[in-house]
Amino acid sequence: MTLIHPATSPKLLIGASMVIGVVLMGVIGPLCWDTTLARVGTSPLNLPPAWMMGGDRAHPFGTESNGRDILAVVITGAPRSLRVGLIAAGVGMLTGILLGCTAGLFGGWVDNLIRTVTDAVLTIPSLAILIVISAYVRTVEIDTMALILSLFAWPAPTRLIRAQVLTLRERGYIRMARLSGASSLAIILTEMIPNMLPYLASSLTGNISGAILAATSLEALGLGPTRIPTLGMTIFYAIRSSAIIRGMWWWWGFPILVLIVIFTGLFLIAIGLDEIANPRLRQAVTSDK
Amino acid sequence: MRPLPTGYLIRRVLMFVLTVWLGATMMFIIPRLAPGDPVAAMVSRMAAQSGYVENSAELIESWRKKFGLDQPVPVQYLRYLGNLATFNLGYSLTQFPVQVRDLIAQSLPWTVGLLSVATLLSFLLGNGIGALLGWQRTPSLVRRLLPVTLTFTSIPFFMLAILLIYVFAFGLKLFPVSGGYGRDVEAGLTWGFISSVVYHGTLPALAIVITSMGFWALGMRGMMITTAGEDYLILADAKGLRPGRVFWRYAVRNAMLPQVTGLALSLGGIVGGSTLVEYLFAYPGMGYLLYQGIVNQDYTLIQGICFILIVATALAVLVIDLVYPLLDPRITYHR
Repeated sequence: MTLIHPATSPKLLIGASMVIGVVLMGVIGPLCWDTTLARVGTSPLNLPPAWMMGGDRAHPFGTESNGRDILAVVITGAPRSLRVGLIAAGVGMLTGILLGCTAGLFGGWVDNLIRTVTDAVLTIPSLAILIVISAYVRTVEIDTMALILSLFAWPAPTRLIRAQVLTLRERGYIRMARLSGASSLAIILTEMIPNMLPYLASSLTGNISGAILAATSLEALGLGPTRIPTLGMTIFYAIRSSAIIRGMWWWWGFPILVLIVIFTGLFLIAIGLDEIANPRLRQAVTSDK
Repeated sequence: MRPLPTGYLIRRVLMFVLTVWLGATMMFIIPRLAPGDPVAAMVSRMAAQSGYVENSAELIESWRKKFGLDQPVPVQYLRYLGNLATFNLGYSLTQFPVQVRDLIAQSLPWTVGLLSVATLLSFLLGNGIGALLGWQRTPSLVRRLLPVTLTFTSIPFFMLAILLIYVFAFGLKLFPVSGGYGRDVEAGLTWGFISSVVYHGTLPALAIVITSMGFWALGMRGMMITTAGEDYLILADAKGLRPGRVFWRYAVRNAMLPQVTGLALSLGGIVGGSTLVEYLFAYPGMGYLLYQGIVNQDYTLIQGICFILIVATALAVLVIDLVYPLLDPRITYHR
């Protein structure tokens, strides 16, 4: 398969730089800004951003009604969101590779079982079950939450990988490898996985943003980790304190802005990767008849 | 039109049962895997809220009995499944004599109404946009302008909902901030009530339509590009059929089919996302009821709603699966 060099896909580049920007903010931010201000009662209440009437330079993005500094909340919250997404999607992807390859290679009843369960789990509205779980298990750590989220991050990769294995299995070079006595495991690792990489990467990015969305949704319902401020929890407090109709847009606006940058970045990466995996999509965009 | 083969029908119904069973089982098992006793945790939370709970040990004991937690786990599980199968969802913990079933019955029509309208609109709009984007003969001006409509594609429903409330309800005061209908109208099949429902439902529906139609548009664009190379399109062109006919009857009709399957697969996500939209708009549907359950720690209510959400989604998927063979006569009924 001829790959288009990733550096030539503008979508991929823009998306990647958006995500890297958020990562950098999380890494460099704590060096330049006092992140202890993200705790309750460390700042004056309800200040608007510095450039508005009544704003304070000491709190450039303003503060909210519990005395948190919004800039500090954003700096500490953003990396946590990415972390949840990475862990959940990573675990989901590994499970997906395992199940997808098993189903595709063994076929028969194993394939039937895996395919049926995968389709069933895909249909379940995952948020409903996650809400029930988190309503019972109230004291969650971020990593525990990521693991719970990974319960729903495996069906999509499983489905994709199974389909890929089924098509690849009949290709000449895979038959060649099998004829020359390579073991199934070796064929998967050295022949199949490298050929699926763009699909895998695109599916992983999709899953990362799915997991971040689920985590943020739970937090916005007040069901996330309660001790450490996350972006979703900030949105929850903003909604509960009617920040929207009090006109305190900075309270929910900045966390949402960061999340939108993350989601849009991941989305652009995913389409960029799709176009690399399937060059036909790309042609149609560039050719203008 | 051929009737559906019995085998296919049975497989789809079994799939429905499996989905609902898996969902219910996950809701049963996972909370029990967590360390700690849910009832004791519930009482200690009550204590934390009200300062002191009298006879907490006896309270824990009586609640355990009431919820059947003194029974062995397999017995609990069978009883749980039996109750769900008969839609016996128990009593609401916070509004005690009221049954969870009745609370849900009041809010279900709101959710079903909002979601079916929003999903249908976004499906049609998205596929229309995608079809035009993927069609070589679309005027290039249109093709340049259309991607603007996809700006919000990657944004979650509820974030756009917050923005919409802020801009159109708080800022411009064009639409109501919350609720399902005005306080001044009587519920009933009157023109005033219906227009009030539509007026209140516009923003929540917009939040769902704008954010989800891009997903359909992207998929449709891909499918249209793939169909563009097919022989039957070249033949249709060579026969001198009108371009409109080629577009609708040959290209779109074939490209749509995988999108219908996609609809079945993504319904779960749409249902989940819309619960947050309802909660933001205080829309009187399941999502808002669910939020009230969460705030009041009404576990039977939370569990009941989530179960119904799972059943409703699985049912919608079943319907799509059964309609699909009618749309695509070529289907062989073997996946």
